[in-house]
Amino acid sequence: MLASTATRGLAVAIEVRIPTILRPHTGGEKSVEGKGETLADLLDDLESRHGGLKARLVTDGALARFVNVYVNDEDVRFMGGMQAPLKDGDSVTVLPAVAGG
Amino acid sequence: MARYDSLIGSVGHTPLVGLPRLSPSAEVRLWAKLEDRNPTGSVKDRPALFMVEQAERSGLLRPGCTVLEPTSGNTGISLAMVCRLRGYRLVCVMPENTSVERRQLLEMYGAEIVYSPAAGGSNEAVRVAKRMADEHPDWVMLYQYGNPANALAHYESTGPEILEDLPTITHFVAGLGTTGTLMGTGRYLREHVPGITVVAAEPRYGELVYGLRNIDEGFVPELYDPTLIDSRFSVGPEDALRRTRQLIEEEGIFAGPSTGAILHAALGFAAKAVQAGERADIAFIVCDGGWKYLSTGAYAGTLAEAAEKIDGQLWA
Repeated sequence: MLASTATRGLAVAIEVRIPTILRPHTGGEKSVEGKGETLADLLDDLESRHGGLKARLVTDGALARFVNVYVNDEDVRFMGGMQAPLKDGDSVTVLPAVAGG
Repeated sequence: MARYDSLIGSVGHTPLVGLPRLSPSAEVRLWAKLEDRNPTGSVKDRPALFMVEQAERSGLLRPGCTVLEPTSGNTGISLAMVCRLRGYRLVCVMPENTSVERRQLLEMYGAEIVYSPAAGGSNEAVRVAKRMADEHPDWVMLYQYGNPANALAHYESTGPEILEDLPTITHFVAGLGTTGTLMGTGRYLREHVPGITVVAAEPRYGELVYGLRNIDEGFVPELYDPTLIDSRFSVGPEDALRRTRQLIEEEGIFAGPSTGAILHAALGFAAKAVQAGERADIAFIVCDGGWKYLSTGAYAGTLAEAAEKIDGQLWA
């Protein structure tokens, strides 16, 4: 695994901003770092250190209905969803869906 | 023809104005649909009028009825005007973290306000209103988040107006709250303009607004159909306020912060078109003027100070 880490790697981590209600999974941290070439990879990587987070965000392999995830402010559902490509230095924001009007 | 029998007749038919300074080139142009020119100063006059008239036609609303609506402000103010003129009592459920101007306007129109907790924003207002609707089965909740007349207002008025004024339109950008503007205008434009790009810009509020007790308390309006939009952006307060100020400084348009968020997304697509060497006519919605937000501090001091002041407020 070291080799694969090395080839992928020296990866600048992806910053992931976590909403208040999910911070119990990150030890209260507002933002955590992870890596992955897709959103699915990133969530698996986060799950390895922040157990239980993925189950709150993903239902049956897709993003949960009331969760929005943005990559550099763009909604991932319009970028391929769980397969949305990520690159080093991206900023990911997780938010619950809220209304306006 | 600019003469109407009463104020209600003057809803819609708003100007579409070019932004010669903010547009990057003669081939890539931005156009602002000035919805602040509606009678109560926001785009919500359209759905409010359509929802009331639809409810009257269907027999749901009868003289003396009480109308109930969850709202962060603009829809409430629009409904307050329509209800005042049509003789209905209006009860608005509004989050407490909304500007004082909204409260005063609603009160002047004679609407009653029930406040919902700041944490959770409009989601909480929806929850409280649904509970009140159960307790008062004789009240009529128009329910902008799921009422097809909300999107229909834009399908029948906003969309056709934009296309008539800008037949060469390539992009439409609007805010996402109830999703009504994007669903109605987006559907109309998709049916008439092959290849049009429809873009949603939603405000990213401070943490308080997302302070739900549980992720399952998130809320997606029943009207929302993601297949009608091509991309969706979350725009934070600094970007929104920076663009709001640019709109005044460069083009003389005094708009509310949510319009800044929309302009931010529109400028992103303008830059992409320039990079791709493609022509573009990008129309976006000016949801309301800045008047109702003066007390929030959004227009005073540095950008960072203003962004900090509206943190925790519902600024769209």
